[in-house]
Amino acid sequence: MGSIRIGLAILGLAVAAATGPAAAQKKYDPGASDKEIKVGHIGPYSGPASAYGRIGQAIKAYFDKVNADGGINGRKIAFITLDDGYNPARTVEQARKLVEQEEVLLLFQSLGTPSNSAIHKYMNQRKVPQLFVATGATKWGDPKNYPWTMGWQPSYQSEAKIYARHLLETKPDGKVAVLYQNDDYGKDYLEGFVAGLGEKAKTMIVARASYEVTDATIDSQMVTLKSSGADVFFNVTTPKFAAQAIKKAAELDWKPLHYLNSVSNSVASVMKPAGVEAGIGIISGFYIMDPTDPNFQKTKGFGAWSDWMDKYQPGGDKKDNFNVYGYTVAQTLEQVLKQCGDELTRANVMKQAASLDLTLPMLIDGINIKTGPADFYPIEGEELRRFDGASWASMGKVYGE
Amino acid sequence: MSSITNPAGAMPAAPDTEADAVTATAAPRRAWRAWAGVALLLLVLLLLPFLLKNYRVFQLTLVLVYAIAVLGLNLLTGYNGQISLGHGAFYALGAYIAAILMDRYAIPYWGTLPAAFLACLVLGFLMGFPALRLGGLHLALATFALAVAMPQMLKWKGIEHMTGGVQGIVLAKPEPPFDFSLFGVELGADRWLFMFTLGIAALMFWLAANLVRGRIGRALVAIRDHPIAASAMGINLAIFKSLTFGISAAYTGVAGALGGIAVAFVAPDSFPAFLSLSLLVGAVVGGLGTIWGAVFGAVFIQFVPNIAEGVSKSAPAAIYGICLIGLMYLAPTGVMGILRKVFERLRRR
Repeated sequence: MGSIRIGLAILGLAVAAATGPAAAQKKYDPGASDKEIKVGHIGPYSGPASAYGRIGQAIKAYFDKVNADGGINGRKIAFITLDDGYNPARTVEQARKLVEQEEVLLLFQSLGTPSNSAIHKYMNQRKVPQLFVATGATKWGDPKNYPWTMGWQPSYQSEAKIYARHLLETKPDGKVAVLYQNDDYGKDYLEGFVAGLGEKAKTMIVARASYEVTDATIDSQMVTLKSSGADVFFNVTTPKFAAQAIKKAAELDWKPLHYLNSVSNSVASVMKPAGVEAGIGIISGFYIMDPTDPNFQKTKGFGAWSDWMDKYQPGGDKKDNFNVYGYTVAQTLEQVLKQCGDELTRANVMKQAASLDLTLPMLIDGINIKTGPADFYPIEGEELRRFDGASWASMGKVYGE
Repeated sequence: MSSITNPAGAMPAAPDTEADAVTATAAPRRAWRAWAGVALLLLVLLLLPFLLKNYRVFQLTLVLVYAIAVLGLNLLTGYNGQISLGHGAFYALGAYIAAILMDRYAIPYWGTLPAAFLACLVLGFLMGFPALRLGGLHLALATFALAVAMPQMLKWKGIEHMTGGVQGIVLAKPEPPFDFSLFGVELGADRWLFMFTLGIAALMFWLAANLVRGRIGRALVAIRDHPIAASAMGINLAIFKSLTFGISAAYTGVAGALGGIAVAFVAPDSFPAFLSLSLLVGAVVGGLGTIWGAVFGAVFIQFVPNIAEGVSKSAPAAIYGICLIGLMYLAPTGVMGILRKVFERLRRR
């Protein structure tokens, strides 16, 4: 009798020892459980920036694939996406809804510099990750003051500095006209460009014109810029206005050396609506593969992406690089959540996001994702490409790494 | 205010005392019941936040804010008959005044309310003068022009350094001045803000109720229904109408300030022309020419859009429109109209 009891006790202790530590390792913050991880997202599905709504759709399609393949560490992703119409007031509303009503684990890829600026303080006060925001404003990489916010794409200032460097190398006597959106995003690019030109900024930049994102067109600004006599054009606009600017420049018969910011170099959303002939010669920065480039179409990564598009976004446009962007950034979050394992706390999400070192199939060769506790800029490299009427052709060099 | 009562005092005194005499006996009994009802309501409202989650409390705070705004509009449109489609502009002004004072001049949040009240009182009064020349639809269009222009005026580069331009101003949420918890739930910023807004709302509702119950209220209604007769009886139309505009704007301005503090963010696109229309919708749905109607109107403005979004993701505005049309058919005198009918039927039994 006694030996059986002792045996049972030892068995019980063994079982407790086996399951005890494992059970203690599972830590959840609101939004995470054994079955699912709630990921919140805010994007402009309506309004002046609704072209970007496709990114949210692509991300959802990617998480559909992840869930179909079994989820992350056995947990399905519940992707909750809300529309803010690129209106910062609505972003505030939707962020509160996601954090306080839906109780998501983190806010992922919220889009827009003004939109994210409006919730920047709130997310950090609440200690909820504002992760991989869909904007390149330099201020997102500030772990000391805002440890819960992190960007993803190359910062606007570093991109503008690349354009400035290229300009100084190829056309040091050029006269520059700048068109920019009158908010933090536009001003960030402008600041980086001016810094990149250094002392020559004062003499080289001969005209500046800004517009409000709620304006209907930028035709009058384009006329003003052309009449300044500039032969270089730095185009800091979101897709809708970028297409207008390219079209108008062609109509005005203005053919400057044209630098287009990377947020608007989508063939489907910008170059086609503007008219592909009008876009020949435009230079832009790239970190993800342009799906219209025949060289990329030969790679294995493209094959996997194309299969995913066929299965999970059957009506989707394979020429639209927003589908590449959404795919790649979703893969980045997938990696972070994988690294979290069973400790799905918000603090651990940020910790893992700040310990990334990986390459992803749809990133341009030579560009990788690397973060550290003091480095909140995951992607820093960019390659310059020139539009040839059908796709963006590589100019050969990767800057910025 | 004494300069106002003089014109109103020109009304014959006899009917006043007769009416007062009739109600004098019934007054104490009715007054006791009314006060008890209000006290009970306040008690429930004080306990409610501790039973709800933060987000719901935040939504209820916005209901109170809209209630004050709609009450302001109701004083002008319901009691005085001047249609305003531009009260969203005063709401925006109040919000921006609060935000600029808090953000740039470090004035505490409660200190911004008198400033918003006074600024909107003066501006509303000044708007009242041109409004004297316009009647009905023309006034509606003129005020609508103000509502439509407001977001773009707020984006004007000349004042960008103060208003923050298109990106607006992000505010810090006010913390409660003392620690408190009930039923194990902490007071926190959201609940404290609810209590604060409740206090302000109670005060403003009480003031408005007193205003409309007395001679001034009767003068306002007289101006709405028979302006020529009212003027013949000695009511100074110009002063009354302008002052009503001013007070109405002041109420909505205070609501705007409270709203800005609650959301902790103001931006030009937070105050589109649709806000002005929403306030009018709230006033009509609640019941024009009533005080409590403002509360029901505010509940409609705050919750029906959310419900509509839950019903249909692609066409929430259509659902909102259907609800509104439905209410107009079933309750043309608003929720208060229906409640009045219900009470009368109960009283008859």
